[in-house]
Amino acid sequence: MRNTAGQSHRENRMATQRRTIDDTRKHLTAKLRLYWKLIKSLQTGLLLATGVAGFMSARCPALDWRTLLGMSGSLFLAISGSTVLNMWYDRDIDAKMLRTYWRPLPSGGVSPRETVVLGLVLSILGVGWAVAMQPLYGLVVFAGLFIDVVVYTIWLKRRTAWSIVWGGISGGMPILAGRVLGIAALTGVGQIDLIGVLLSLGILFWIPTHIMTFNMRYHDDYQTAGVPTFPLAYSFQMTRVTIAVSSLIAALTMGGAVMLLGMTWGYLRLLAVLSTALLLMAVYSVARPSEKMNFGLFKYASIYMLSLMLLLVLGAI
Amino acid sequence: MKKISVLDRIVLLIVGVLAAYQIVVGIEGFCTLTVLCYTIAFGVLMFAALLFIIFGFDILDSKLVVIVAATIPLILSLALIAEYLPSVRTVYMAFAVVGFGALAVTRYTASGAVATVVLATVHGIAGLLIFSLPIIIAVQGKTSPGFALVGVGGALIGTGGSLLLFLKLGRPILSRDTIFTVLPVLLLFMTAAFVAGLAMR
Repeated sequence: MRNTAGQSHRENRMATQRRTIDDTRKHLTAKLRLYWKLIKSLQTGLLLATGVAGFMSARCPALDWRTLLGMSGSLFLAISGSTVLNMWYDRDIDAKMLRTYWRPLPSGGVSPRETVVLGLVLSILGVGWAVAMQPLYGLVVFAGLFIDVVVYTIWLKRRTAWSIVWGGISGGMPILAGRVLGIAALTGVGQIDLIGVLLSLGILFWIPTHIMTFNMRYHDDYQTAGVPTFPLAYSFQMTRVTIAVSSLIAALTMGGAVMLLGMTWGYLRLLAVLSTALLLMAVYSVARPSEKMNFGLFKYASIYMLSLMLLLVLGAI
Repeated sequence: MKKISVLDRIVLLIVGVLAAYQIVVGIEGFCTLTVLCYTIAFGVLMFAALLFIIFGFDILDSKLVVIVAATIPLILSLALIAEYLPSVRTVYMAFAVVGFGALAVTRYTASGAVATVVLATVHGIAGLLIFSLPIIIAVQGKTSPGFALVGVGGALIGTGGSLLLFLKLGRPILSRDTIFTVLPVLLLFMTAAFVAGLAMR
């Protein structure tokens, strides 16, 4: 009799433990999903791709997996960290916009305190890892994070439409950081060279195509939230012209970098085709503006950048 | 109207990648004019595939897209002429320029019937050249037999062009949905035939 009661008690305890483990697992999975949303995986992925392309552009040994993995890991953490800190600081803006009110912070999925701690931990780990790998590389990664979080998000984003320039500079940092580390892997000394600066400028001038098309699409949202953007500060048509001019400069600087890298004519031809297509779409958007064309340009700009990064990697191998 | 599916997008992405591959490595060793023509033709093909992916099949309703798409057979045929029939290169270049100009002007100014006749004529001549020239040259033994695949690509581009042309004329050979179902696959086989044919020349 006592034996049976003891057995039953043990079974109950085991069932309770199993339930607790299941609940904890579910809770952790749900948390990780929310954290994943906080890092904007697509944007982080694209920036990470630029870092890898910068690294490979130095023609460093493609099979130097330790450095490549270290760079990918540190950049991923630093970019994710800065994105989480942006989300934390902009939670009031996100709550006002139809496009973003469902995000984990405004919807109450995660607390502000939890978010800022996560952002700081990711940032410190990312920058720390980067500095440990190569000091100059670490400094460029830190500069990207500082410009993005402090200069762009905290200082300028709510004050001027021109904050986009600083957003663009921070966007150009991963490719420059990758290039610095690639040179260091090749020569033992990290340095910022002309090609790295041109690649970085290419991203800086590409950013308006990416961001301003988005600003136009969600114009009402930005107006409601009181965030100054180019379409709000100037006009839609002025913004389209800015995008076209900016696309032209982005294409020219990227072209300059690819030429200095000494890539074969084949890659230059492909770059010319991809850039011409970007310019045609940007100019068509000025001549025949429509929301469909605007969003198409936004999508093509992402394809363009990803293709360029692939081109840099393949051209370097 | 048929919505573009994920599978369509994957097929079109492969078309884009094949065209990009051709631009980077597939056209080395030709004369400058031929390289330029192939770059434009495969570049437009790649861009067209990306436009389909971004905008869906609605993009075919745009007049500009019809004009740009017509450059593919026109410039591919010019590349073949420049390389294999240099004696008529200048004449054909003049035809290509005039044909393209007529196509662009009539698309915006002339009636639907006139614009379609111009499109059919320009497309027809260019398509026939892309179909017949590589096969004749391959049969004559001036290139390897595999080069005839470019002619197969020409036949496929002609088929696609005809399907879309009759659709525009309001007398479709196949239903609009069927055409849009086969179009990505047709583009894929066409691009693959061009790439393989030129690699085996």
